[in-house]
Amino acid sequence: MPETDAQRYVGQPLKRLEDPRLITGAGQYVEDLKLSGLTYLAFLRSPYAHARVTAIRTEAAQKAPGVVRVVTAKDLGPLRPTPYMVVLPGLKAFPYQYLADRVVDSTGVPVAAVVAESPSLARDATELIEVAYEPLPAVSDPERALQSGAPLVHPEFGTNQAFSLPMKGGDVGAAFSRAAHIAKVRVEHNRLAGAPMEPRGVVARYEPGTGELTLWLTTQNPFTTRADLASVLDYPEHKLRLVALDVGGGFGVKGPLYREEVIAATLARQVGRPVQWMSTRNEDLLTTHHGRATVTEAEAAVTSDGEIIGLRAKAIFDLGAHLLSLSLVPTMSNSIHVLGPYRIQNAELLSIGVYTNTGPTGPYRGSGRPVGVYLIERLMDEAARLTKLDPVEIRRRNFIPADAFPYRTAFGTSYDSGNYARALDRALELADYQTLRRQQAEKRKRGDIMGIGVATYVESTNVLGWESGVVRVERTGKVTAITGSSPHGQGHETTFAQIVADHLGVAFEDVIVRHGDTLGAPQAIGTFGSRSAGLGGSALARAAVEMREKGQRLAARLLEASPHDLVPVRGGFQVKGVPERMIGWSRVAEFAHRAGGLPPEESPGLEATVFFRQDLPAFSFGAGVAVVSVDRETGRVRLERLVAVDDCGNAINPLLVDGQIVGALAQGIGQALLEHVVYGEQGELITGTFMEYALPRADDMPELVLDRTVTPSPLNPLGAKGVGEGGACVAPPAIVNAVVDALSPFGIHHVDSPLTPEKIWRAIPRP
Amino acid sequence: MTPRLIRLTVNGRAYTRSVEPRTTLVDFLRDDLDLTGTHVGCEHGVCGACTVLLDGQPVRSCLLFAIQLDGAVVTTVEGLADGERLHPIQEAFREHHGLQCGFCTPGLLLTAKAFLEEHPAPSDGEIREAIAGNLCRCTGYHFIVDAIRAAAGGVRR
Repeated sequence: MPETDAQRYVGQPLKRLEDPRLITGAGQYVEDLKLSGLTYLAFLRSPYAHARVTAIRTEAAQKAPGVVRVVTAKDLGPLRPTPYMVVLPGLKAFPYQYLADRVVDSTGVPVAAVVAESPSLARDATELIEVAYEPLPAVSDPERALQSGAPLVHPEFGTNQAFSLPMKGGDVGAAFSRAAHIAKVRVEHNRLAGAPMEPRGVVARYEPGTGELTLWLTTQNPFTTRADLASVLDYPEHKLRLVALDVGGGFGVKGPLYREEVIAATLARQVGRPVQWMSTRNEDLLTTHHGRATVTEAEAAVTSDGEIIGLRAKAIFDLGAHLLSLSLVPTMSNSIHVLGPYRIQNAELLSIGVYTNTGPTGPYRGSGRPVGVYLIERLMDEAARLTKLDPVEIRRRNFIPADAFPYRTAFGTSYDSGNYARALDRALELADYQTLRRQQAEKRKRGDIMGIGVATYVESTNVLGWESGVVRVERTGKVTAITGSSPHGQGHETTFAQIVADHLGVAFEDVIVRHGDTLGAPQAIGTFGSRSAGLGGSALARAAVEMREKGQRLAARLLEASPHDLVPVRGGFQVKGVPERMIGWSRVAEFAHRAGGLPPEESPGLEATVFFRQDLPAFSFGAGVAVVSVDRETGRVRLERLVAVDDCGNAINPLLVDGQIVGALAQGIGQALLEHVVYGEQGELITGTFMEYALPRADDMPELVLDRTVTPSPLNPLGAKGVGEGGACVAPPAIVNAVVDALSPFGIHHVDSPLTPEKIWRAIPRP
Repeated sequence: MTPRLIRLTVNGRAYTRSVEPRTTLVDFLRDDLDLTGTHVGCEHGVCGACTVLLDGQPVRSCLLFAIQLDGAVVTTVEGLADGERLHPIQEAFREHHGLQCGFCTPGLLLTAKAFLEEHPAPSDGEIREAIAGNLCRCTGYHFIVDAIRAAAGGVRR
């Protein structure tokens, strides 16, 4: 449209359309759905990480007040294994258990379920179920699980190793034989809980008259979850409806199909009434998949002038006891990110998956991206130390140059576009890096412990190739847009309305964005992997353009002009150079829906469905600088300042982009300083409540300095890349690099996160 | 156990209800009064999502039993706006993008309301301390602090 940038909605920091309901308590989350006849589901879960179940007695529970039904595994009927999104050759797949019958293999695995008239009556009844367990040896540490003689999580495999996946590119042996230095690091990536503030939950309803089964659930992906559920239940997909209402955060952990959803669906059919299950926080920390839980090692072949010519890396992924649909996704995404923004053309990576008697793992804010980024960024600092180069300088010497895109990495990934040096330069400028280094020298003279950490990253976004969108101009000219992306806090209703309004040529207020319901929507994927704006947004942009072109043809007919003589303007179309000859969308829409009168070549209606395809991901990138001080007496790390410069291509709504960046940084800060899911040696979960699992609080956050550079992606019409995960990639290595820098005068060259006061206090040598 | 009769005022409206002694205040608000704007995030008093005002003071409604509230005056998020007119704190949260998924937001709004009534011109450090008992997993708190500062009509101190 012939408008200036200032007249466009895209690029403006518009206030969110979601907010009025959410700030008045009028949002509708799954627990707010009060269906008539609702029953409530509760589980009895194993307190043991590994045990044989020798007897389950449910008679007392069956007779308890308000109990509708009590089930154990045999009562669920045949259920098929959960499908996997990623399958590797030679994978020893141990399927997700729904209700355990003979053996439990991690704490929190349920052995029985109760449906009752209220949540408390259901819980009361679970306490009347008697289960006899014979404890078995358990293993909770992934490296120990790989040693010979370790307890076997699944004895039928004869090993705890689920897979071994080698990747290789270039000539690594030759690179290492030419190296002047070999830098080595070992990094433990602390197991994290996604911990969305809304725990998981589901309401399932079966309608015998139509055979339709509806689930309202806390999911990021109604469509892929529906397909998985159809497969598990052997139920016709077209009679399954999945609905995500307002979803209270996801961060990846509301991605897969979970057992509680399968069981609620099964029981809704059995009892003939709707069934609700809401997770307690303890159940959420026990059973929702965790993130990271990886141990990595890497070595770099470094020339005397600081060029990294070869990389050897190994990553051991703790899978917990079961595979869910997304359990192997972090393995794949780590492999894409471990080379970072650097031109390392000789590389090998060995990824190993291992079973332990712990909860499941899978994608959490970045999936395997923060694993790969953290590893290569620690390695760059170690290489800088060996070559006596500044950490900034060694990165500059190894960046893929801005004129080398599209760039193919040693593992065959294509980076679409980037300008890594520009983002780093901007971060250094904002941090006033040289001044910081001078201050550090002065502080060190005074005995103060201060550190500066630098990290950079690339982030694959717009993943999985496609997304769908529908744009429909209604009879009165109002516009309904349906997206396959399924938000849980990101603000799709706002950003996607901006996109549709601009591409169609209507007012922002005249667009409503529908999402999260498989009913009446085209097949779709969902929201994860920083994919929504780029893929879901592009699908809607294309659909809107199709409708604008059709609208222009119809308007031309009404104005008795040629379509070429018209121009789209906000709200309708006008004859070029004749502003008074204008026709609005309401008139065009009325015409499109009128019986008769349409040109013979035009179909009635104004509705377009687009499956937007983008075969390769778009790579966002950025740089961060962390400034820390360490209290010598207490070991407490104080994160003074965090500078982050991100590049997500064109921003649709810069206010919401900043919101994503800050939120991801906070989660990265949590990983670096606070958060850790801890299991005891026998697989007991130590961090089962928010008393033990430390989430960042408002007073844990540092001063933040944010900026963006803009390098549009050539892969989609919006030039958009994703922005959801960069902060979680860059913050941990920036902060850990800063603390290692702070402690380097003590001869300390690595500390593993979370950097708790105790850990730092113990690391500092004392006279 | 035998239900007990309680009388209380919620958002300016008087209610008389019979409740089981073990019913928590948050379940009472959500299930008996259908005020589902108050959310349960951890049910053990840490996350602050269920914060409501009891006689003007912020409390965790998951840690109170409804029968303790006989005669009390309670304000929930549904009682913040004055009819169609949003409370300035609500306006500020929207203006400054102080929420994403919105699940923790009701508790934060009420915590902020009580705080600003006693600290009309807070520093950023005071704001951060005041909301440190309310967990938010989406926002990183940055824009929440901006919103509360703006609602106070203040500039950065």
